[in-house]
Amino acid sequence: MEDVINMRVDDGYQEGEEIQVVAFRLGNEEYAVDILYVQEIIRLLNITRVPRSAQHIEGVVNLRGSIIPIANLHSRFNLQLSDNQDDKRIIVFKFDEVQVGIIVDEVSEVLRIHQNDIEAADKVYGTLEADHIKGIAKVGERLLILLDLAKIFEAGW
Amino acid sequence: MKMDMSQYLGVFLEESKEHLGNLNEQLLNLEKNPGNLAALNEIFRAAHTLKGMSSTMGFEDLADLTHHLEDVLSDLKEGLLQPDTYVVDTLFQCLDRVQSIISQIESNGSAEYNNQDLIAILNSIKNQNYTGDIQLIEDKQKPATAQTEEPSIELDFNEYELTVMEEAACKNYQIVAIRVAVDPGSLMKSVRAFMVFKVLEEDSEVIKSIPAVTDLEDGKFDETFDVVVITKTPLPVLIDRLEHISEIRVDSSHLVNIDQLPLHRDDIDVMKSDQKTTEQVDTKRNHKIKQTVRVDIDRLDNLMNLVGELVMHKGRLGQIASNRRIVELNETIEQIDRISTDLQSVVMKVRMVPIEQVFNRFPRMVRDLAKELNKEIEFIMEGKETELDRTVIDEIGDPLIHLLRNAIDHGLESPSVRTQKGKPRIGTIILRARHEGNSVFIEVEDDGAGIQIERVKNKAVAKGIITAKEAEEMTAEQAVDLLFSPGFSTAENITDVSGRGVGLDVVKSKIESLNGEIQVDSKPGQGTKFVVKLPLTLAIIQALMVAVRDEIYAIPLSTVNETTMLSSEDIRLIQNQEVIVLRGNVLPLYRLDSLLEVPGETVSDESYVVVVYKGNKQIGLVVDRLIGQQEIVIKSLGKVLAGTPGIAGAIVAGDGNVRLILDIDTLF
Repeated sequence: MEDVINMRVDDGYQEGEEIQVVAFRLGNEEYAVDILYVQEIIRLLNITRVPRSAQHIEGVVNLRGSIIPIANLHSRFNLQLSDNQDDKRIIVFKFDEVQVGIIVDEVSEVLRIHQNDIEAADKVYGTLEADHIKGIAKVGERLLILLDLAKIFEAGW
Repeated sequence: MKMDMSQYLGVFLEESKEHLGNLNEQLLNLEKNPGNLAALNEIFRAAHTLKGMSSTMGFEDLADLTHHLEDVLSDLKEGLLQPDTYVVDTLFQCLDRVQSIISQIESNGSAEYNNQDLIAILNSIKNQNYTGDIQLIEDKQKPATAQTEEPSIELDFNEYELTVMEEAACKNYQIVAIRVAVDPGSLMKSVRAFMVFKVLEEDSEVIKSIPAVTDLEDGKFDETFDVVVITKTPLPVLIDRLEHISEIRVDSSHLVNIDQLPLHRDDIDVMKSDQKTTEQVDTKRNHKIKQTVRVDIDRLDNLMNLVGELVMHKGRLGQIASNRRIVELNETIEQIDRISTDLQSVVMKVRMVPIEQVFNRFPRMVRDLAKELNKEIEFIMEGKETELDRTVIDEIGDPLIHLLRNAIDHGLESPSVRTQKGKPRIGTIILRARHEGNSVFIEVEDDGAGIQIERVKNKAVAKGIITAKEAEEMTAEQAVDLLFSPGFSTAENITDVSGRGVGLDVVKSKIESLNGEIQVDSKPGQGTKFVVKLPLTLAIIQALMVAVRDEIYAIPLSTVNETTMLSSEDIRLIQNQEVIVLRGNVLPLYRLDSLLEVPGETVSDESYVVVVYKGNKQIGLVVDRLIGQQEIVIKSLGKVLAGTPGIAGAIVAGDGNVRLILDIDTLF
């Protein structure tokens, strides 16, 4: 887990104008979430299917005795799952005492992103999906989709 | 600047409820035994703490009320006042007020209450603007004069009584003072006195008696006693009625003119010195207070999770040791095994609380109800120390209150009916808790009239729950079960106490939601016993583990009736519904794999039927394999997945995987 955390501390920005995010890959797209919501990143555990739950709920896992639901954003965002099982991780989020994990194809790094580098979502997306997206962050040549976790949690996944 | 106290609110509420419970309990003790200084000290201490806490938290109204309460209590402690009925009743009223203030704080976070009414009464008590037991001394000195100069009866009233009388006068009631004499040869003076009250209270209100009612009931009076009555019945009629009671004579009586009543202040020096000596004896008996720490229940849950996890990893360690054949490791693993088992049982025990917490509020409730319904009750509690899981304790209070109310209201007969039937006039209600195996039994037993089967049946027919024909064929047991059907209430006249439409069916469903059972045992004329059986903890249940293709599910054993093997030729089709005939009963079959849309194909042709209860119907669930019976620790699925139909929760299996618990009620 340690190898993915690659802090870029000295990038010349002022404190407060930037946010730290965890960047990860879903299919061929790169996403990022505010690090404040991330509780931990774990390797893939045995996921138990929950019958009759919503389509994008993959199942539940046992995380040190707590039962945590695992969501599958691939099916939610219509993305292809990668075949490489080794790089797959579960990012566990915590928001208002509710824990949810999502399966990602790869966790790439922890980044600092300046507010100026974030484009508002509605410029890029249609109205529907923009609900769950805070904006698009430009990091060098890369484009990261910034997820609005608070909204996803409030919508009840 | 005001400090933010909100973080202490939880602690405040919890502790004040505890103190309130304590106050109620000790006040009851004091009422039973007015000389009990230990109880008085305890009351004083609890009230004092309550006052301190509420003023720290900034609940001024509460602090103000408890401050005045404390004043009176302090005088009681000093022996300046006597805990007579009036004082004790006032104290109870104050506790009720404190209770409602606290509930308001609990729901709103703050409370504003105008307590001036109670404070005025408390002040009047403190200033001894009232009479009560104090009057006793004087009374004994005065009969000589009272008897020679006939009609006038010497009376002193406190402010409260004066207000009551003023109000009564406004409404054209007359206030009558009566001196009643009991035949000197009477063996049961207290019973005679009680009958006087009984007759008076038919259509009048007794606002004062000298000596106090409690003393009269104990027979602590000479040949006469005085009562002041508010009534509309003409005085001669009243006297006539009273004289019909054997061994009772009305010595004198007159109307009271409230304008001419003096306020009374008494000299109580005699009492004071008397009281001091007993107090000195009592202060020596100091209380031992158990040391406790309050812990958030979530932390305990967390601790339990971690211990569970530890046990699981210990299992893995054992596997490694046996795979690699490391003998030295085995010894250590055995040690860890022992320690973790101990740890698990300690953590379980930490969550257990004595049922006393729930029981403690009952004596007060029973006392109040008994007064309200004019019944005489001896209330006995047994097994207060029986321990139950905290989660069960929190839920069991309401059903028990309901059962007790039932026993008092419907179960016990009124004293006069009881004497007619040759029973002791004081009814007995026993609340009993005990352990048995993995369950706790709580019994509510009364020695009342018992359940009258015919009346139950008639009522059920009248309410359309059953038909007249069904009623005829019904056994007594089935009829008793009718009590638990929704919308049933046998009380002939709906009282304030029970029969409010919330019936035993609610009690039953509550207990069943706690994985418990309720049974009734009733003997006509001898009484009724409700037996509630509860699991020690909600968190652990027995379950049957079953496999469907590659998935494993747990079915709570409480819903399982039996299991049987299924061969394909047994299955028949009725209107496209698969059924089997099991010992003459037609059983509809549901295949778990299609109900739960389990992926994959069923390979084996062997399968099993698990016969489960859904309500009172039986249903066969088809599964591939039976794995066995297990004790499982239920975990919640969390907010996101809560309410998924057919799934009651999850468990962590021995291999660390999550398994789901089926909820039979919502599965179909």
